Amino acid sequence: MTRTFLLTIAALFLWASQASAGPAEVDQALALLSSETHVDMTRGIADLAVADPDKALVVLTALEAGELKKDGRGVVFLETDGKVLQASSLEPTTPSGNARTIALNNTSRRALSSTLSKLRLTAKRVDVRLESAKRLTEYPDEESAELIRTLIDAEKNADVRRWMALALAKVDLKSEDAKLRMQAAKSIQDSDDISLEPDLKALVVPDAKGHYLEKDAAVRAELDRALQSVQRRIFFINIIANTIYGLSLGSVLLLAALGLAITFGLMKVINMAHGEMLMLGAYSTYFVRERLLAAGPEVAEYYLVLAIPFAFATTFAMGVLLERLVIRHLYGRPLETLLSTWGLSLILIQLVRVVFGAQNVTVANPDWLSGGVELMPALVVPYSRIAVLSFTLLVVAFVWFILRGTSVGLKVRAVTQNREIAASLGIATRRVDMWTFGLGSGLAGLGGVALSQLGNVGPELGQQHIIDSFVVVVVGGVGNILGTVISGFGLGLANKILEPSVGAVMGKILLLVLLIFFIQWRPQGLFALKGRAAEN
Amino acid sequence: MNKLVRLASVAALTLLGACKGPGEAPKEEAKTDAAPKTEEKAAPKKADTGPIKVGILHSLSGTMAISETSLKDVALMTIESINKKGGILGRKLEPIVVDPASDWPLFAEKARELIQQDVAVVFGCWTSVSRKSVLPVFEELNGLLFYPVQYEGEESSYNVFYTGAAPNQQAIPAVEYLMSAEGGGAKRWVLLGTDYVYPRTTNKILQYFLAAKGVAKEDIMEEYTPFGHTDYQTIVSNVKKFAAGKPTAVVSTINGDSNVPFYKELANQGLKATDIPVVAFSVGEEELRGIDTKPLEGHLAAWNYFMSIDTPENAAFIKEWKEYVAANKLPDGDKRVTNDPMEATYVGIKMWAQAVAQAGTTDVNAVRQAVAGQVVKSPSGFEMKMDEKNHHLHKPVYIGEIKAGGQFNIVWKTEGPIRAAPWSEFVPDSKNKVADWQYPWLCGNCTAAKASGF
Repeated sequence: MTRTFLLTIAALFLWASQASAGPAEVDQALALLSSETHVDMTRGIADLAVADPDKALVVLTALEAGELKKDGRGVVFLETDGKVLQASSLEPTTPSGNARTIALNNTSRRALSSTLSKLRLTAKRVDVRLESAKRLTEYPDEESAELIRTLIDAEKNADVRRWMALALAKVDLKSEDAKLRMQAAKSIQDSDDISLEPDLKALVVPDAKGHYLEKDAAVRAELDRALQSVQRRIFFINIIANTIYGLSLGSVLLLAALGLAITFGLMKVINMAHGEMLMLGAYSTYFVRERLLAAGPEVAEYYLVLAIPFAFATTFAMGVLLERLVIRHLYGRPLETLLSTWGLSLILIQLVRVVFGAQNVTVANPDWLSGGVELMPALVVPYSRIAVLSFTLLVVAFVWFILRGTSVGLKVRAVTQNREIAASLGIATRRVDMWTFGLGSGLAGLGGVALSQLGNVGPELGQQHIIDSFVVVVVGGVGNILGTVISGFGLGLANKILEPSVGAVMGKILLLVLLIFFIQWRPQGLFALKGRAAEN
Repeated sequence: MNKLVRLASVAALTLLGACKGPGEAPKEEAKTDAAPKTEEKAAPKKADTGPIKVGILHSLSGTMAISETSLKDVALMTIESINKKGGILGRKLEPIVVDPASDWPLFAEKARELIQQDVAVVFGCWTSVSRKSVLPVFEELNGLLFYPVQYEGEESSYNVFYTGAAPNQQAIPAVEYLMSAEGGGAKRWVLLGTDYVYPRTTNKILQYFLAAKGVAKEDIMEEYTPFGHTDYQTIVSNVKKFAAGKPTAVVSTINGDSNVPFYKELANQGLKATDIPVVAFSVGEEELRGIDTKPLEGHLAAWNYFMSIDTPENAAFIKEWKEYVAANKLPDGDKRVTNDPMEATYVGIKMWAQAVAQAGTTDVNAVRQAVAGQVVKSPSGFEMKMDEKNHHLHKPVYIGEIKAGGQFNIVWKTEGPIRAAPWSEFVPDSKNKVADWQYPWLCGNCTAAKASGF
């Protein structure tokens, strides 16, 4: 323990190469740090850390939090926990004149992050040290290399040591000393850090004249091995990433299309207003969140819990209303249905514009859905995507249960398969139609809740999804929920496999061209209905 | 049963009627002064004594309504304030608002209608495609258009005054800033855009510019997405991989709605502005109004005006706008903001008014001569001059960091206004082109220098 402590002190001293932590240097650094240009600020940050590491840690932490200010006389002070301390002495002070907060830009922020990482490399908490070591691999420089060299052997935590070694290796690979380079090449053998790839490539791939940047053949062989392992890793990550992105895109497509699979697939209503049901679902989410925000931000964190049933209820009611007022008069007349539902969609869009305004509205992700989990380096899966994927699976299960496990579902299937016989058996087909349409709309509303977490919420939200939804349903085979599920995920995967090689625009075009051929080949979609129902 | 159908259709029609939306064309036309109108009727022949008709050609419905409605509002505000001061040449201005409904061919139709109604000038258009569609109409009928939005350049028309930025007044300075030590010293570039004319042309210019600055081809990644794209997972993870190893910056010409999923994805995949800053050319105060700004904080935007500019002129401009919004009960009330194209509209109208006063007539040819060289004190505090030759405004350039709440923290600005170069010096095809509309040299895309020495 004492030894570690001593080593730490020694390390910091070494880093602060001129061991003259004079107050003059501190003042000078503070003056630079509080100047107007960010280039000077960057120098000031580095100088302060050299001049007095202990003070620097306090002052720079305050700077990062936006608590460092400069008063009218040019005195730099910090306001932390209600205390006002002068930065140069860390003694209480009273600022005079107009104080201005010292603002950072991206350049100075980056310098600050790198310097703070160095200072925090000796922190007591393992997670702080780990975070610092990770950050340092992003800013490899001689200073951090020197610092790490003195600290790495005393570091107890294996993870921290691994990251430290990586940061060190990044610097040493460019060193003059072949022995250091060899050591670095060995230490990165199993790091599999993909950020090494461009550096390694530059070192071992010969230039146009056949010269190698790395002269030593033994080191080169070692680097070559590391490069191959990194490239294997990248290939592997790409496959996993594309699969996950594809499933995630598929889940969005599916969620948007699931309601349509019922209204169009089962009931054969060409429902152009389906997109607007998605939009209404998203606006319901917005509405619930706004109401809860009024009650308090802590409550609003969990707005989704309320928004899901609310959106379902709203769009279900809307669906029932539309069915009663318009659609029931048009069964069996697809052209009129198409036109009137399209008209309905325009009406709904305008209605929302009038009530909520033409501007998009804010539906912020709750904090517990922001950010993501790092499955592998360079592969972060956002929580919101995970949530949407699992939500989709839940909704599919819900639909499956309703259609297969309840008497309503039984009636729905009976009516969609053979209306006359169902009616003759005493099923109130009109009422079943109403419930079915309501269910389809309600599912679209649930889709809207999910979409509000990924993209914009505006009056035109539905327009963006309606075409995709029809494609999913048609490919899956009209009238088949399982087909819709498979085609949703399949289209998502296909899109994401095509996108990296041909780009987003060409990918989409290519997919639509493939669809044309597919429809020619299988007009009924993936899963055609068999039996008498299909012949109608 | 039939009754129900009738009921439904009546309900639908009423709804449609009610949905005309606040602040649309008929209302605005009704608002103009009644007195001058009757005067005009009394003396229809003497066009020089009636009100001066001013056309306003902005989409009030459809996808562009979000952005363009504010331009119509600020134009009406400026016209109203000129009228309050007694108008120009003793005549009031009469705004004629039409709605081209975000439909590009309709822009051309409506422009023709306006010019045939004898408007003295038209303020309008936002997207480049709408400008391209009205251009032949203005050139055919010798109309006058003031275009207030930043655009891709490579154009100069005798009949258009461009009060928005050319690429060298927005895109190039932004890239230079990111290259500098101050801006982070980016060595690798991702050019990301929506797939249409403005991003494609801007990125072409930037490609040439970066090549001129010695950036290697493999250090530039260019990607396009379709309109309304929402799935940025693959692109963001590619950017992340591309950025490994060298400081990287993203130049985004992603348009409109797609920005939200893009920035959300950046934040979710853990790309911070300190690591990979994104500078956007189409994200301003108005666009930030409808979204959660948390994932955007620290990212950059380049404009010629920000609402947060601290000058007395800007304070007065914002106050005038807020008062106008309150007095006319515009939707969203005190949440309304000012932005760059609004400032450009404001400056454009004032400039045209000055030119008319100077020329003593609303005749297009005379006014066009008078607009060149006209100077207006802009809300940014600078004297903005309409270039004598190329019909573009001299503008200062600002770079701002997005703050919580949708405002910008200005981190860099030019010393003063810089002259527009509509033909980019970095593009081989247009390097030698000259836009010079000064008499007697009338040419928008000549390839030779002014002839001399005979």
